[in-house]
Amino acid sequence: MARNKEAVVLLLDVGPSMHSVLSEVESVCSMLVQKKLIFGKSDEVGVVLLGTDDTCNELQKEVGGYEHIVVLRNISVVDGNAVDFLQNLPRGNFRGDFIDAIVVGIDLLIKKFGPTNKGKQRICLMTDARYPIKAPYEGTKEDQVNTISQMMQTHGIRLDCIVIREKLPEADLRVMEENDNLLDQFSRKAIAKIVHVDSSTSLLGALKTRNISPVTVFRGDLELSSTMKIKVWVYKKTSEEKFPTLKKYSDKAPSSDKFATYEVKVDYEYKSMEDPDKVVPPEQRIRGYRYGPQVVPISSAEWEAVKFKPEKGVKLLGFTDASNILRHYYMKDVYIFVPEPGNKKAIVAVSAIARAMKDMNKSAILRCVWRQGQGNVVIGVLRPNISSVDNIPDSFYFNVLPFVEDVREFQFPSFSSFPSSWQPNEQQQEAADNLVKMLDLAPSSKEVLQPDYTPNPVLERFYHFLELKSKQPDADVPPLDGSLKRITEPNPAVFSHHKSVIDNFCKNFELKENPKKKKSSKRAWRGKPSTFSEKEEGVDGEASDIQSSNLMKDSSNINVEKIGNLNPVQDFEAMMARRDSSKWVSKAIKDMQNHVSDLLENSYDGDAYSKAIECLVALRKGCILEQEPKEFNRYLLGLYEKWKDTDLANFFELLSSKSLTLISQKEASDSNVTEEEAKNFPVKTELKF
Amino acid sequence: MDLDPEGLFRDDSDSESEFYREKDSTKEFVVYLVDASPKMFGAARSDEDEKPETHFHAAINCISQSLMAQIIGRSYDEVAVCFFNTKEKKNLQDLNGVYVFNVMDRECLDRPTARLIKELSYVEDRFMSNIGSRYGIVSGSRENSLYNALWVAQALLRKGSAKSVSKRILLFTNEDDPFGSITGATKTDMIRMTLQRAKDTQDLGISIELLPLSWPDEEFNVSIFYAELLGLEGDDISQFLPSAGEILEDMTDQLRKRMFKKRKVKTIRFSIANDICIEVNTYALIRPTSPGQIMWLDSVTNLPLKTERSFICADTGALVQEPHTYFHPYKNEIIKFSMDELSKIKNISDGQLHLLGFKPLDCLKDYHNLRPSTFIFPTDEEIVGSTRIFIALHRSMLRFQRFALAFYGSLYHPQLVALVAQDEITSSSGQVEPPGMHMIYLPYSDDIRHVEELHMAVDANAPRATDDQIKKASALSRRIDLKDFSVCQFANPALQRHYGILQALALGEDEMPEIKDETLPDEEGLSRPGIVRALQEFKISVYGENHDQEEANTAAAKGSGSEASRKRKAMAETAARESASYDWADLAENGKLKDLTVVELKYYLTAHNLPVTGKKEALISRILTHLGK
Repeated sequence: MARNKEAVVLLLDVGPSMHSVLSEVESVCSMLVQKKLIFGKSDEVGVVLLGTDDTCNELQKEVGGYEHIVVLRNISVVDGNAVDFLQNLPRGNFRGDFIDAIVVGIDLLIKKFGPTNKGKQRICLMTDARYPIKAPYEGTKEDQVNTISQMMQTHGIRLDCIVIREKLPEADLRVMEENDNLLDQFSRKAIAKIVHVDSSTSLLGALKTRNISPVTVFRGDLELSSTMKIKVWVYKKTSEEKFPTLKKYSDKAPSSDKFATYEVKVDYEYKSMEDPDKVVPPEQRIRGYRYGPQVVPISSAEWEAVKFKPEKGVKLLGFTDASNILRHYYMKDVYIFVPEPGNKKAIVAVSAIARAMKDMNKSAILRCVWRQGQGNVVIGVLRPNISSVDNIPDSFYFNVLPFVEDVREFQFPSFSSFPSSWQPNEQQQEAADNLVKMLDLAPSSKEVLQPDYTPNPVLERFYHFLELKSKQPDADVPPLDGSLKRITEPNPAVFSHHKSVIDNFCKNFELKENPKKKKSSKRAWRGKPSTFSEKEEGVDGEASDIQSSNLMKDSSNINVEKIGNLNPVQDFEAMMARRDSSKWVSKAIKDMQNHVSDLLENSYDGDAYSKAIECLVALRKGCILEQEPKEFNRYLLGLYEKWKDTDLANFFELLSSKSLTLISQKEASDSNVTEEEAKNFPVKTELKF
Repeated sequence: MDLDPEGLFRDDSDSESEFYREKDSTKEFVVYLVDASPKMFGAARSDEDEKPETHFHAAINCISQSLMAQIIGRSYDEVAVCFFNTKEKKNLQDLNGVYVFNVMDRECLDRPTARLIKELSYVEDRFMSNIGSRYGIVSGSRENSLYNALWVAQALLRKGSAKSVSKRILLFTNEDDPFGSITGATKTDMIRMTLQRAKDTQDLGISIELLPLSWPDEEFNVSIFYAELLGLEGDDISQFLPSAGEILEDMTDQLRKRMFKKRKVKTIRFSIANDICIEVNTYALIRPTSPGQIMWLDSVTNLPLKTERSFICADTGALVQEPHTYFHPYKNEIIKFSMDELSKIKNISDGQLHLLGFKPLDCLKDYHNLRPSTFIFPTDEEIVGSTRIFIALHRSMLRFQRFALAFYGSLYHPQLVALVAQDEITSSSGQVEPPGMHMIYLPYSDDIRHVEELHMAVDANAPRATDDQIKKASALSRRIDLKDFSVCQFANPALQRHYGILQALALGEDEMPEIKDETLPDEEGLSRPGIVRALQEFKISVYGENHDQEEANTAAAKGSGSEASRKRKAMAETAARESASYDWADLAENGKLKDLTVVELKYYLTAHNLPVTGKKEALISRILTHLGK
């Protein structure tokens, strides 16, 4: 007894202009059948091709005409063969007539079901509608469409039509316009939906491959006040289609057992802590709720008696400016409020409020309790959904909003409070502006990757693999299909089309691995967990760890003018960060170089090495940040030349072990040292600059 | 709310719950160090009829609120409350002017308990008599209460290693110049000592944070003393903007926000183009709060139970190991998948965020939503230059009113996302919206349902409202306007009640607390004449004059029963009549029920409002049960 069983006739255009997208047509249709094999085993599917070389359909035999249309498969309950058929569609060389094909499809359905099964019959046409259709024997094409629509309506047949055109050839523009008009006429005269797609990716998402019978969440009054109510039905508008739950497999069943389920059951036992062998029966179990270190036991009956029990109902709290509710506060999947079907008053009332809200850019706030006995309330925002189709009433979308408890008000630093070295300059901003402007996925209303037509790549891949495995149990997981890659990766065509913009963007911005971060142990900055020191962590987070701890810091809020002996690293960084004059950077570098030299000169048996290295690290980093690599490289090589033959030579070994190298071009573009050379320092001494 | 056995498995539901929970597993130890000097008890604002609000009250209020949140969400964190500048002293070091507040059954630094929260909220009432307040740093004495307080706090935080626990001291004070009352060498000496103490504390991996309270007419000046104690420099100081202090509520609000420790979910790479790949942190700013996990107890001993899971082969009943193979029935066959294959199928990207392009904001429809959004903020920690690129893109996106479409290739739930740039919004109570981008998870075509099309009218246009009706609706919406509505101004009444009950039970109180449901519409406001008139006008405009009458008529018609209900009624009557002609007790006694036909049996069942489904045996046993046999 399959009450919801559905019959679908797929009308697939396999004519020459469709060849480029046929593989996607194959995969979307086999997906449809595959899902039926899992979720709708008694659904029936027929397949009709148009644009084929041969002709094979009953109408042609009975009345003639209807050429280049092949009934590939009569309407019958889905099976694995249907998938095979659909995965190997023949390529035709003729121009199919889609109106003829629709008639053939209707004929199949009528012959199979007669007057029964109304409303559960669907024709699904996939074509590019690029070629003119034949003029009918009598009357106009429009009349013909009207007659067909009439027939579809009396037999309760729906039409889903997907028009695929990747790029528009200029020549056929007039023909296509005529065809589009004819198809649109269907949607006015019968229950039909016409969808236009322009890429193979959206084709995969354009067809609903799984039928889910919609269930109302709520039927009743939308209460504007106790006296003014509107009858509405509430459905889910979005709901995630989850990855199928697989069963656990057991190989224990003997091979002779024909009815083996191969399933594994999971059993739970609750045992007392004191006596691990004692199983506690369900009726002796009680729920405990944690409250701090305490666990509060409450039986379900007690809980039932005291818990929050709101009255069922959907109540308006008021209207508010749409700008008061930012988009990121939407919490869950989305509901839709439709006026009670057939209730003219409700349709008009919803329409009036929706249109008023749209005009004034308002949102409405509702409090909803969908069911009696529901343990919580929902606060959410109602947004107008003005229908673009004449025969569909206006409706509302409803999004759930968070409660106080659901929001964490973390504080983040303002972008303006960041040091200027983190701020983009004018040129960089312009490069970003261009990128945002040019990398446009919705040029002149031709939006790509619309959620409505984008398939879920994981599910696509799973069902594809499932089919593959049913034939070839040891098959490998296939790589992601090209059309699906358009979802997970940037489209190379788009990116190469805007190559100059992207190159310009890349040229303007520089990224470097943070050298300090690499070196410093995790502990070092974990030890300084401070909420507002985001900046510190990045730029000078380790400063205070490095310096010896028993020294007091210099008063750091006054401007540092020279590098002292106590906190050279900090002084240096403070000077580098001074923005009041550009001279401070060069002075800081100069002073730091002198400081390091002093340290080394006065070093006895390496006692100052660690200090010197700290200073060099800071100097190196500063030079990278300020784009002064040459200053650093020259200095380091100078040091080396000066002391390589003295007893300080071992200092340079220490340097390479701390990966304190020359600054390479990769780190700062102004440098003329390659990465290779940088790494080899100081082993290879023949360096020129 | 139920213990979800599925949640123990390594499949989708697990990763799903991970999304809603935060990953950060580090514990946190916090010492709330509250200045209790007489200055804190001075009126920060006085209302004529009410008790004057004090800074001390504000601080206690903040701490209570944060403890409440903590006991629910992060009850493993440990806290201590410590007052300084007190008359009495209570601390292990026996230092003057420092009082560690505690309650029964609890270490000084321990997990918060219901009793701690309760007693803390009453601490003010008897503070003067029990603990007392006085200035701890006065001229002529070498006593340094701030120094002592830091010492005590540090000692409290001695337990636990800095590696696994994050330790913080939160200092509440309204005195920006604690050594202002003394002069000369003593002053320099004491300042030096205190700074040294703070320094030592920080070196132990304990962070000190200041929550300054200002007076309406004078701002808390951080640079006098505390900047040095906290180690603030240059830009930091301006960023460390103490509350403007205009309104005490705003200040409380600001303090409360500051007390949260920012926890990131994870750090991800955001690949923009070619080799440009920046780093961003993600934060879960909005996630539904659930009533928390339950645990099963033995109802006799109230001790927790151990859950044991075993796998049983459904065909043979044999105990098996946890299987690593899964299957899906398909075409009357069993298609097997290994764990490895399954994770390969799901693994379609590399865990990074990939920019695909930009779209105008109006392409993001109201129904493009599935889950709560995630906030992203740049970090230069590993890739220097990330923030600069992020800021530039952020500005451009705001300027051109565009969002970025990206693919978030997370391993367990790869999804298309919209990145919506959000400009910083501040108000008198501090930052309202942080600057950054919100990642909105987009549905796929399979997730969107075309419900509107279900009730499509064929060959007829759906009625639309007329201009006049729309005008009336506009007038109505102008009337019932929530001017300063802010998202999340409501507390969740179900949750409030839940925790109210738990608290009452935990403290052994008999009376259940009454929780006010703030989410109900403002009936009083709605009955204002202006609104009533607007409603009435709108109603007449869309429903016509005699709507209520018509409704009543239809209802009356319905009351007399639709065809189905009339039929049902008639059937019940017949059944009752027929049923009366049998002696059921006798039939049952003699086992003769089985001689009756199903139709006859159903007379009894229908007459007594019992279910009539099932086989004959089921019907008979149902009758017997009902008869009490």
